[in-house]
Amino acid sequence: MSEIKKIKNLKEFSTSADRFEGANLLCPGCAHSIIVREILNATHDPLILGSATGCLEVCTAVYPYTSWDNSWIHIGFENASTAVAGAEAMYKARKRKGKLPASCEGKTPKFVAFGGDGATYDIGFQWISGCFERGHDMMYVCLDNEVYANTGGQRSSSTPIGASTVTTPAGRVSYGEKMMKKDIVGIMAAHGAPYVAQVAPNKWKDMVKKIQKGFQTEGPVFINAMSACTTEWKFAPDDTIAISDLATDSLVFPLYEIENGTKLTITYRPKNKVPVRDYLGAQGRFKHLFKPQYEYLIDEWQKMVDERWEYLQRREEASV
Amino acid sequence: MAEKMELNEVEVWDGNMAASQALRQAQIDVVAAYPITPSTPVVQNYGSFLANGYIDGEFVMVESEHAAMSGCVGAAAAGGRVATATSSQGFALMAEVLYQASGMRLPIVLVVVNRALAAPLNVNGDHSDMYMGRDSGWIQLDAFNAQEAYDLTLMAFKIGEDPEIRLPVMSHQDGFITSHTAENVRPLSDDEAYEFIGEYPMVNAMLDLAKPVTYGVQTEEDWHFEHKARQHHDLMTKVFGKVDEVFDAFEKKTGRKYNIVEKYDMDDAEVAIVALGTTVDTAKYVADNLRKTKGIKAGVVAPRLFRPWPHEQMMEALSGVKAVACLDRSSPNGAFGMLFNEVSATMYQSDNHPVITNYIYGLGGRDFTVEHAEEIYSELVANAEAGKPTTPLQQFIGLRGPKLSFY
Repeated sequence: MSEIKKIKNLKEFSTSADRFEGANLLCPGCAHSIIVREILNATHDPLILGSATGCLEVCTAVYPYTSWDNSWIHIGFENASTAVAGAEAMYKARKRKGKLPASCEGKTPKFVAFGGDGATYDIGFQWISGCFERGHDMMYVCLDNEVYANTGGQRSSSTPIGASTVTTPAGRVSYGEKMMKKDIVGIMAAHGAPYVAQVAPNKWKDMVKKIQKGFQTEGPVFINAMSACTTEWKFAPDDTIAISDLATDSLVFPLYEIENGTKLTITYRPKNKVPVRDYLGAQGRFKHLFKPQYEYLIDEWQKMVDERWEYLQRREEASV
Repeated sequence: MAEKMELNEVEVWDGNMAASQALRQAQIDVVAAYPITPSTPVVQNYGSFLANGYIDGEFVMVESEHAAMSGCVGAAAAGGRVATATSSQGFALMAEVLYQASGMRLPIVLVVVNRALAAPLNVNGDHSDMYMGRDSGWIQLDAFNAQEAYDLTLMAFKIGEDPEIRLPVMSHQDGFITSHTAENVRPLSDDEAYEFIGEYPMVNAMLDLAKPVTYGVQTEEDWHFEHKARQHHDLMTKVFGKVDEVFDAFEKKTGRKYNIVEKYDMDDAEVAIVALGTTVDTAKYVADNLRKTKGIKAGVVAPRLFRPWPHEQMMEALSGVKAVACLDRSSPNGAFGMLFNEVSATMYQSDNHPVITNYIYGLGGRDFTVEHAEEIYSELVANAEAGKPTTPLQQFIGLRGPKLSFY
């Protein structure tokens, strides 16, 4: 079992050794890089990483450069999970045969795959489901920015109702996306995975705790990380953490974990709950909801978030 | 540690068992697989070897063929010996990842039990999948029977894993005709086979924690061309020599001689059939008969290596021939058959310009008979005498109903 990295404060955390270079091509203000750095900074363990095709991939490994100071692989849009699972299987096979490279002596690498919501909720869902059913010892992190940002802002099955995207634009007769966001965390928990959690980069202590717990867990771990997208959510690049605060404090993006497919624990309860209206109002993608004909949707949104929060609390209480 | 299996000098194996025994003897580290007819028994046998202690690697039973090849790519990049098997639709589903495997230069072995591609759905053998893989950057070896399926699958590891080559290799055999027909196969002992293949030469392993590596980068227009050109250059300049070397080493060990392009009765042949798979043995049998009974100087030419295309060896094999029939076991879907195109392009560069015609046959497992081969040879004799085609350039053979021919 690996040693848990002790982290006292944000200053120390932010200056700890970087495994992911800041010099990448992600947009200024992109939460992806904040999340990835927080995850990689949460452990001393050696890491074997993979990325799905998406913003993170195209911005961090443009030949002849790489932002990754760990072994890293990208195959396709849909199969980052299985690529990393394949590497994990190779580790197990070579370990059992006593044929690991000398550099593995006394070290236990952790296997992590990253994908956006497109790669996770949609195109790559089958592969992730397969990996979780087979119980690979790996972590899958979804960088959930609720849109196909890498291809220019098309809706995904993570896009929330009412968001204007390039394929579900708001217009004279449309308020934008009509479908509800898919409950990926619930679906992954239903696989019976030992550990599933929802995290946000602004709540870094909560995130580090969950990542460390994930790395201590044997078997597949699913992390859904809210990743505010300055480009597609349409907010100023220096507002990433402020928007993330609005998301977690309005409970649009509640922070919780589910162990062994059943035991749900809420890990963050905002002292001052913010109205959903504030979260929506801070982003260009929801701007049209404030027009008189669509304003009823803001109330619907609030109702939806309240019901979801109620549900999570009941689940936690019931502890089943 | 895996137990060794005691094998007889001659075993009665079908092509699938032959291939899975070769995989077992290679002591693969990771197999990620999804079953599909007719290659299913390859992984099924593998599961049984595992259950009985003859393998100590990881057997990852994934949820699709796309995932099978994805897992193989991740495992191979991690650093170790990797193989899987597939056919037809499974091959098509893998297609995206086949390019990734070769582009990352990962020496994976894929046993392809050739089968038609739907629609209409058909589980029987033709070469649609083999041809579909032709531009994927893999080395493609073709077995004509079960013995060869065993031999070539073993040799595939030695070719692909060579540090100078580092490319994935497909070992092809005909669906059902080879894969499900029990034949006498002479295996190597476990020790001999493992010694022949050797330990996996670990290169650029993701698991080497001291030396992190990046696989699957983005290149765009400033580097993509150089990478692809370099890979093509290596395929065209390094693979033929390596394949010859491995074939020679195998002959020394077993007495079984393989050539990049096989030639039967070709020393003085005036007419020749060029074919792949089990059809080669049928054509060879007919060529022998025609020589004995009618004095027709008939021969057979068969590429053992389909990719990279053995341009020089093929030119040499057909150098003295007057008429050639290229037999394609795949619907050309609006063109000449693949072999016809390859052979025609090659022979256009030759001083000798034989009359070349194209026969489409055996789609979806339709039998290719001795009578079909005899009919083709008799048309070739007429072509050779006339010095030009006496029949349409492309004909369908063995097809019910009105005769189909073009040009």
